[in-house]
Amino acid sequence: MTASSPSSATGPGVDDAIGIARAVRAGERTARAVVDERLELIAERDPELHALLLVMGDEARAAADAIDARVAAGEDPGPLAGVPVVLKDNLCVRGVPTSAGSKILDGWRPPYTATVVDRIVDAGGIVLAKANLDEFAMGSSTENSAFGPTHNPHDPTRVAGGSSGGSAASVAAGFAPLALGSDTGGSIRQPASLCGVVGVKPTYGAVSRYGLIAFASSLDQIGPFAATVADAALLLDVIAGHDSLDSTSIASGVEPVTPHLGEGVDGLRIGIVQELTEVDGIQAEVRAAVAGAVEVLTAGGAIVETVSVPSTVYGLSAYYLIAPAEASSNLARYDGVRYGLRVDGEDVAEMNGRTRAAGFGPEVKRRIMLGTYALSAGYYDAYYGQAQRVRTLIIEDFRAAYERFDVLLSPTAPTTAFAIGAKASDPLAMYLSDICTIPTNLAGHAAMSVPFGVDAGGLPIGVQVLADALGEPTMFRVAQVLEDGAPAGSGGIAP
Amino acid sequence: MSDRISRADVEHVAALARLSLDDDELERLAGELGVILDHAEDVAALDLTGVEPTAHPLPLVNVLRADEVRPTLDRDEVLAAAPAVEDGRFRVPRILDAP
Repeated sequence: MTASSPSSATGPGVDDAIGIARAVRAGERTARAVVDERLELIAERDPELHALLLVMGDEARAAADAIDARVAAGEDPGPLAGVPVVLKDNLCVRGVPTSAGSKILDGWRPPYTATVVDRIVDAGGIVLAKANLDEFAMGSSTENSAFGPTHNPHDPTRVAGGSSGGSAASVAAGFAPLALGSDTGGSIRQPASLCGVVGVKPTYGAVSRYGLIAFASSLDQIGPFAATVADAALLLDVIAGHDSLDSTSIASGVEPVTPHLGEGVDGLRIGIVQELTEVDGIQAEVRAAVAGAVEVLTAGGAIVETVSVPSTVYGLSAYYLIAPAEASSNLARYDGVRYGLRVDGEDVAEMNGRTRAAGFGPEVKRRIMLGTYALSAGYYDAYYGQAQRVRTLIIEDFRAAYERFDVLLSPTAPTTAFAIGAKASDPLAMYLSDICTIPTNLAGHAAMSVPFGVDAGGLPIGVQVLADALGEPTMFRVAQVLEDGAPAGSGGIAP
Repeated sequence: MSDRISRADVEHVAALARLSLDDDELERLAGELGVILDHAEDVAALDLTGVEPTAHPLPLVNVLRADEVRPTLDRDEVLAAAPAVEDGRFRVPRILDAP
């Protein structure tokens, strides 16, 4: 294992995004053939998996033909030429039904398109489908979708994780080499881990959120899913950067990660986060995967040590006060007036109450109630204010850790994919699936999940690489070395 | 099962949140919210005197744009998504008591 291998062990293949774009740009393969192939696979496999809420077959074929015409005319459609991309269904595309997995928005057609979607299309990418999700991205299993759960491609009796479970399952099943999700407390990284794909939560503000249906605005971030680290880097480089339509977008811009992929880890200082590795109920094989990752990184020349980030133990509690509080405010807009469902009432208040009771599912109601309670008179300081102070402690503890280490490492999730229904009736048990991923969102930092081995049942395990704000280039160097050194059978397309 | 939250508390919060919950939902939420808040007690119990709260991870101040006329969403397209419209506006049930 050398520290300076220039790209992934396999290199661009026929089915990854880099390989497809190269072949389409060179005129060796048509975008139309790529799209037709994926649509056929979706027709075959999605009835079982339910990864998708809407397949945009006609639009995708037309877009592919347009790409092929441009190549034939000697133009270069861009770095994603002909590459099919699946979108989590909380990303708006003008005129295309967008539900966020909720009955309250069933059939809604947005009057505008998300910036990330515009950037993908400008780069030659093809929007193929809208993916299933937990309602309004609230959940860790995609079982909270009003339209039914997504099944894990590695074992359809198990969950795909969540809330971006449809996006993760789509990449794992080979429906598209790339997908977008959103991550508020782990909603990209946890399903990536459970489905055996790469999932990236970029630095807060690195990717525009214009056109993302808001859940918790101080935490939400859009990011890529891919089957390989290099493909995830390609998509991140396309979508990242300043956008004047998002006032929380980082004005200074973001450094591309692709040029750094082959730089290896020689001399990097990497810290294993003790509190996120020794969590209650962690599966022994997950812990062993982290140990295996340490061996790979050490062999690559990294200096790996254990580090304590003490206040992260309060991350889960703080998150489940802050995120519901922000959600209760964000979801006030679903009032039966401007879009979506309306259930009539005698006056506006009754109409609002009936509409929201009929349109929201149980988890969304639970979080709105929890958030409204945490913000209500008499409890504001004890819960919401206190959680915001914990957030400060977590940021300070991470700052101290990043003075000693270039990146940090932990499991992505405490366990591999659990059975559908196993945690559906116990909200707190479900919340615990996000215990390793939440601190990154509270701090506004970057983190990603990389497939690293499987458990005794053949289910994928993910290792999480965490980086300081705008630390993506170093994070991706580490991820590339982990991918190159991962045990045989890690990641890849589910059979 | 936690008894931290009473049924009356849940009804009050549901009214604030504009959610017309049925009896079963009120009953179940009283228990569930109690369990989640019990878990949050580790945070509520910390002595954080002197620690500044963080509302947002970026040190952002207000972002202003130039005061220029720019294209906006198409009114007909926006209204087409509304449950009820009249004369180019959103139509709602009465807000004030009848005269």
